[in-house]
Formats: sequence, C-alpha cells, structure tokens
Amino acid sequence: MINKSAHELHSLLSSKRVSSLELTEAVFARIDQVEDKVKAYITLTKEEALRQARAADARLKAGNNITPLTGLPVAVKDNMCTQGVLTTCGSKILNNYLPPYDATIVAGLKSAGAVIIGKANMDEFAMGSSTENSALYPTRNPWDLTTVPGGSSGGSAAAVAADEAVLALGSDTGGSIRQPAAFCGVVGMKPTYGRVSRFGLVAFASSLDQIGPLTKDVTDSAILLGAIAGHDEKDATSVDLPVPDYRKALIDDVKKVKIGLISNLLGDGIAPEVKLAVKAAAEALAKLGAEIVEVELPSFEYAVSTYYLLAPAEASSNLARFDGVKYGHRSGGTKDLLNMYYNTRREGFGPEVKRRIMIGTYALSAGYYDAYYLKALKVRTLIKQDFEKALGKCDVLISPTAPTVAFKVGEKTADPLAMYLSDIATIPVNLAGLPALSLPCGFSGGLPIGLQIIGRAFAEETILRVAFTYEQNTKWHTQKAKL
Amino acid sequence: MNYETVIGLEIHAQALTQSKMFCACSIKFGSEPNSNICPVCTGQPGSLPVANKKAIELGIKAALALNCKIEPSSIFARKNYFYPDLPKGYQISQYDKPLATGGWVDIDVDGVTKRIGITRLHLEEDAGKLVHVGADRIMGAEESLVDYNRGGTPLMEIVSEPDIRSAREAAVYTETLANLLRYIEVCDAKMEEGSLRCDANVSLRPVGQKEFGTKTEVKNMNSFKAIEKALLSEEKRHEEVLEEGGKITQETRFYSEETNTTSGMRSKEEAHDYRYFPEPDLPPIEPDDKWIEEIRQSLGELPQKRRQRLIDQFGLNTESASILVYDKPLANFFEDTTKLYDKGAVVANWLTGEVTAYLKEKKKTIEELDLKPPQLAELLKLIDEGTLSGKLAKGVLVKVIETGKQVKDIVAESGAQISDQGELNKIIAEVIANNTKVVADYKGGKETALTFLVGQVMKLSKGRANPALANQLLKEALT
Repeated sequence: MINKSAHELHSLLSSKRVSSLELTEAVFARIDQVEDKVKAYITLTKEEALRQARAADARLKAGNNITPLTGLPVAVKDNMCTQGVLTTCGSKILNNYLPPYDATIVAGLKSAGAVIIGKANMDEFAMGSSTENSALYPTRNPWDLTTVPGGSSGGSAAAVAADEAVLALGSDTGGSIRQPAAFCGVVGMKPTYGRVSRFGLVAFASSLDQIGPLTKDVTDSAILLGAIAGHDEKDATSVDLPVPDYRKALIDDVKKVKIGLISNLLGDGIAPEVKLAVKAAAEALAKLGAEIVEVELPSFEYAVSTYYLLAPAEASSNLARFDGVKYGHRSGGTKDLLNMYYNTRREGFGPEVKRRIMIGTYALSAGYYDAYYLKALKVRTLIKQDFEKALGKCDVLISPTAPTVAFKVGEKTADPLAMYLSDIATIPVNLAGLPALSLPCGFSGGLPIGLQIIGRAFAEETILRVAFTYEQNTKWHTQKAKL
Repeated sequence: MNYETVIGLEIHAQALTQSKMFCACSIKFGSEPNSNICPVCTGQPGSLPVANKKAIELGIKAALALNCKIEPSSIFARKNYFYPDLPKGYQISQYDKPLATGGWVDIDVDGVTKRIGITRLHLEEDAGKLVHVGADRIMGAEESLVDYNRGGTPLMEIVSEPDIRSAREAAVYTETLANLLRYIEVCDAKMEEGSLRCDANVSLRPVGQKEFGTKTEVKNMNSFKAIEKALLSEEKRHEEVLEEGGKITQETRFYSEETNTTSGMRSKEEAHDYRYFPEPDLPPIEPDDKWIEEIRQSLGELPQKRRQRLIDQFGLNTESASILVYDKPLANFFEDTTKLYDKGAVVANWLTGEVTAYLKEKKKTIEELDLKPPQLAELLKLIDEGTLSGKLAKGVLVKVIETGKQVKDIVAESGAQISDQGELNKIIAEVIANNTKVVADYKGGKETALTFLVGQVMKLSKGRANPALANQLLKEALT
C-alpha cells in the first residue's frame, strides 16, 4: 500500500477500502523499518499524525469537504514553520525553535486534511546539494546508501523514494527540489516564482526561494501543486493569478509541442550516461510527436557565479536575525553583546552557512557592491533574456537535471566548488524565476537520472503535459529503490 | 576668522496609521511591553513584510505638501546592522530610490521668509525599545530588555538640503514642519513622545568658502528649544576646535540637555557599513497618477496659503493668523465663527487670546471644549450691543466652557451690563456720597482720581456697569 501514488491512494481512501489511520500506521511502520538507514527525517510527529489521520477518516466517512490530499501522509521540509513543532532548518542555531505560527502552505495542508508525518532533513538553511550539510546527520540515498540523496531537500526526496511518505514538500533556491528528485528517482517541481506562498518558509535567498512538490509520479505533482499554489496576502511576492486545475493538463499527447534541447547543457562537465539518457528522452518525445530543436543559452556560462553572489548576498541579510536575542541557540557565559553575537553565531552555524554569509557580506560591502552584487543583477537579467528568447520559440526546454547521478557520501564535501557545479543546470531557472520539473529518464549503475523540463512563467501546465506524456510512455517511475 | 554654519536636518515623523509599516499590529502608544507584536515584527524565521498602504498614502501626502516629486517607482531597501532592538538584523528602509524627491518648505525666521530645500522623503520602519538595568546604555548594563511594541512603526524620514544657516533656523524649520505635518493630519508631531524626531548634520566653513567643512551628526534633541540649544552648543564647539587649528572628526554626537553639550560615541559603535540592497520581499511602490491626484485633492488648502488668505480676507496680523493656521481645528473654528459674526480681527483676538490661553492652561484642544462657533459669535454680538462689557464677556466665556450652558442663560443668571442712565446715576450718586475726599481731589484738578471713582462704580455694580457710560456720567455728575 505505501508504495502507491497519492492519486491511487486517494481512490482507495475515497472508496473506504483503506483508512487514513491504516495508511498512516503503515507509513510509520515503514519508517521504523528503514529510517535508521535513510535518515530522511529530523522530527517525526507520530501522535499528531495519527490524530490528523483519524480526523481525516471522519471527513472521509462523512463524505464532505474531501480534497485530493485528505488522509494522505506528507513530509514537510524542516525549513517550513509548523506551529509548536520543532523547525530547525537543519541548523544547530535553531535546535530549540518552536514556531508560533504555521507557514501558509502548512496551514493549507492541514485544512486540506493531509496528515503531516514529520519534518524532513535538509542541508543547513537549504545550503547544499547533498544533505551532508545538515547539522544533525546526513540523509542517504535509498537507491544506494553509500551515495547522497542530493540536496538541499534530500530528506523530502529520500522519504518519497523510500516510501516513508506518500508526498513531500521541498524548497528550491538553486535546484534544491529538482536535483534531489533526480538523484532519488522521484518527480520534483519548482513552480514559477510567486506561484506558491513563501510565508513561513525560512528564507535562504528570498528572490529565488520557492516551495514545490516531491512526488512518486507526475500526476501527484499536479495534485500537490494544485493544493499549494495561489495568492497569499501575507506574501507580497506571491502573484494574484487564478490556479488552474493542473490535473486537466495531464494529457498523454505532445504532438505539435515544440521542445528545445539545451545544447550547452550537453557539453563538458556532463556525465556521458546522463547525456545519453537525455538525448534518448528527446528522441522518445520526438517519436511521440513533439518537435525537437536545439537551443543555446550562452549566458548559462555565468549562471553559477551569478547565483553564488546573489544568493549569499540575500542569505547574509536573511540570516542576520539568528543572533541569540529572540529565539534559537544563544551562547552562554558571555558578558557583553558583541561577544554574545560572535559566540552564538560561531557555535550555531555550520561551515557552509558561514562561508556563504561571508561571501554575501563581502559582495554587499561598500566598494565591492557594484563589482559583485550589481554586476550579478545585470547578468541575471541577461539570463532571463536568454530564456525569453528560447521560450519565445519553444513551448518547453529540456536538459539534464544534474550533471551526474548521485555521488558518494563524502565525495565532494572537501571541495565546495565541485559541489556548487552539481546545480549548473538548475540554477539558471531560479535566476529567471521560471517553473521546471525533474522526472526519471533512465539509470546509470543502478542510480536514477533526472530529466529537467523548463517552461514559461506560470505555464506549469505545459510542463506537466510533456512530463506526463513522457512518463506514461516510458514507465521509469515504476522502478523502486530496494532497501 | 568668521565662520558660516551649515545645517541639514533629518526628521523622522511617525505616520498616523492604525497599524505597523509591514504587519497588522497596532501602534498604540503606552501598551504593555511586547503586547503589540506578531511573527512579522519580531522577525520570526519565515515571516514576510507586506507594506501598509495607508502609510504609503500618508507619505505621499506629506511629500506633496512639501512640494516634492513623487517617484513613479521607488523601492524598499534593507539597511543591515546588528542590534537587539532590530529583530531581523536589518531595517527595511528606502535608499537610492526614495518615495519622493526635490521639494521645499518656506519658513519665517523672525519676520524673514526663507526657503529650505527638501532632498527626499522616504518610508521606513522604527526599531523596538531597549530598557537597560544598571546603566543607561547597553555597554555596562547588567541586563537589557527589549520591547518590540514600537518595532515596525511606520516612519517618514524627511531630509533637508544643507540650506539651514543657524540653530535658530533649524528650530524654526523643525517647528514649521511639525505644524505642517500635524495640519495635514499625517503625523501628530509630538517631539516629547518621540513621534517626531530630529537629527542634525552640522558643519562650519569660513565665510565665502564653497566647500563644506567636516560635519558631525547631532542626535537626542527632544524639543524645538533643545534643537536650538544643542546646535548652538555644537556650533560653538566646532568654532573653538577650528580656531585652535584643530580638525573636526566626522562622528555622531549625543546632546545632553543637562549639561547643554554634545559628546561623541565610541568609534566601535560607529563603524557601520550598512550594506544596503533592494528588499527582495517587497515589490516596488508604483503609485498611479489617479491615486496621487486623489491624495493631492485631500490636502486642501495648505497652512501657508490659508494664513495669507486669513490676512487678506479678515485683516488679521501675521502673528494671530499663524497661531490660527497651525492649529487646524482652531482655524476652522475661526472661519465658522466669522460666518456668524463678521469682524474677523475681533474673533481672532478672542481665539488667540482668551481661548488659546485657556486651552494651554487646561492642556486641551478646541475640539474638546463645549464652546462652539455660534456661542462665541453670540457673545461677541452682546459686546457690540452693549449688553456685556469685554470683561463681563470673558467671565461668561469661561462659564460657557466650564458649564456647557448657553450664553443667554449665563447672562440671564449673572446679569447683563447696566447701561440704563437712571440706574447708573443712582450708583454714581452713592459713590460720590461715599468718597467726598476723592471727589474733592478730582475737583481740585487731580485727573487720576476719576479712575478710582469709576472703579468704585464698577465695584458697587458688581462689574456690571457699562464702563464707558459710567465714565461719561461720572464726569457729568462732577461738573
């Protein structure tokens, strides 16, 4: 039962063949079985989950107010605020933080009748591509426990891949949903910037962060996106556009759809087996009736550098609030303010977070602002323009999600730059604020490969249609990790 | 050497909104510590700001009154620094693209009108408030507590051009701005409560030199008088340093009213690079022309224009016209009264004299009084008709204010002025009979004796005798 997709389970729940309580208990039984190996969660909220499951069963029994999520177990990344439930962001500095409020999407899940299983592990403050930067412990890839699940939403992706949750929410600043989705063989979507409320998502880089679904298939992605998308008056950057019924976009047909294959993401630095899988996916789509053209986005060359100025700059400011004054860790024993600040932050933040705070502080400093921050903003505009040009000709663009399959635990921790490059294909999408989805498109050495589909702003439906057609005709998603 | 003083002011005016700049919390003054707070204004992780539309409207209103250009697109920026009263580790303010730029205001300094340029007006949020135990600063305090009630209060920062040339001008400028902001109802401008705060940039240069000298920033001036005193003291300090061949250090200095001097802060607290950058959580402010025009219409007649009109239309002097227009309800009271009683100068005299004195004494506003324009008009008409003397009328006025009774009822109770000749002559006869020596003095040529006799008539009539008539009848009776 627990390996089924959300839409399959929804039918079972609606027809009363399964209760939410049974399902939830089965998920916790699975967690008992495999969590020691995977370490997908930071906090499990079993008692509250069982209570929510019973409440969902009452709703299902009464037969009213049933949503596609009612009774379904969901994992929430630990950077989304849950009232009264530990929210650490994978950091020591928030090791005791109980938020006084629910993030808008968490409140939305609750009112939809979803069952929240727990808070998923992540790289500290979503900074990382392997979940090895979690201050608690790294998460392992369910396909091969010696490899990483990707990051920063590694806990969410691994939970779905290991059937420790039916659905999960992640956040994506430079690829943090799509790259772990690719590594763990699940479907991950970063919606258009502004499509989903960020209120209650602990900010890493505010102009790039976006919450999105990690799911077992494309249909579930459409369902979960539909549940979390929409305007929120508490988030001034959320956009007031109607939310379409994304399930209606799930059409098994790509005839006359024009797909741009991004040629400069099939060059150096991309593993040969990944290139092969993506080219094969393009051919498969062509056979299904899509028109495939090659497109080049020259500004991509600068995307990673641009990102590593803008994201740390925003982060250096966003993380200033963790100062020991109001909540979270406070260093004891200091007698004056300045040392309280120094020691709290020295003890509370991990090395990668400190590195980015320093990069960002430097980029915004007097005398360097124009050369770094301002220049990066200009390049960001160029990247947007490249996308506009390409998406003016094509309905969607495709590329590998990540340059390689999952790498070994510890392989890149000593080399931050090598780690940064694992987001080379996903970062440009965040800089342009566009929607993109990753879904499985093959395997290499028993590890999943991800295909990235990028669309126009607020054209998630086109992405879902192409992804659905590919999925229905290839069935990579039916293969499961064996734990 | 002769020096010229150059001053530019930064005024922080609290916008008169119900709620904070970026959340729905109340900005009520004097609540329990940390009672008007929420995840947004305490900087909880994940919380986001949403700009208060009313605050933007009041900012635009103030900017229009200061003849500024409203920028078609202005942006919020983060000012980054660490301090416990700043919950997010940054203040949301505006930096290189403020709400409005390039305005001016005219000030009257001892009878001379001077135009002061306004560089910009921008919006920002206030910080919280620290309470220290064992010291008056965080340095050396045993413990410090923070109250976030004030945190997030909307402020309008109004920056002047360095057009001000004396401490006196600075004080007048601030008072003019305070009066204007209060008049257009965007700020209650109470310096003592902190709803209007002023920082000054001061420098000196030899007369005739174009380049500015090194400036210092003076803070902690909590009244118009304190501004003048603080800046005089700082001006004197600069002059002394320069005269001795020394150099002014660019720094922030705190004014102490007790010692009437300024003192520098420790350089460690001073060394700030605020690392401003555009606030990614907020879209630009792009007010459309229609909205700006609506706000412009809501301004109505501005105080300086109204003052000139009152002078032209009612023949008021500048001083009483000024008193009236800087208290908008008082000016409205004046104009309403003149519709019922057309001697404007008389009405103005009563309002700026008796009434204003009463308001000051009782710390009240004209709106809180039971006195309304029809009653003042009625009272003034009674004086003209001779029913009341000026002095009697003052007594009636106070009774109207304090009892809320009608003018005619009070006059009926305490009696009108006695203008009946027969009645007055009876009183005069009694006074003459009782004061034979004074009468003799008068007849002997001592003119001043008459004043005493008139006084006796007033006393005997319990103040009700018509003084002019009594004077005339007394003279007649004594010849």
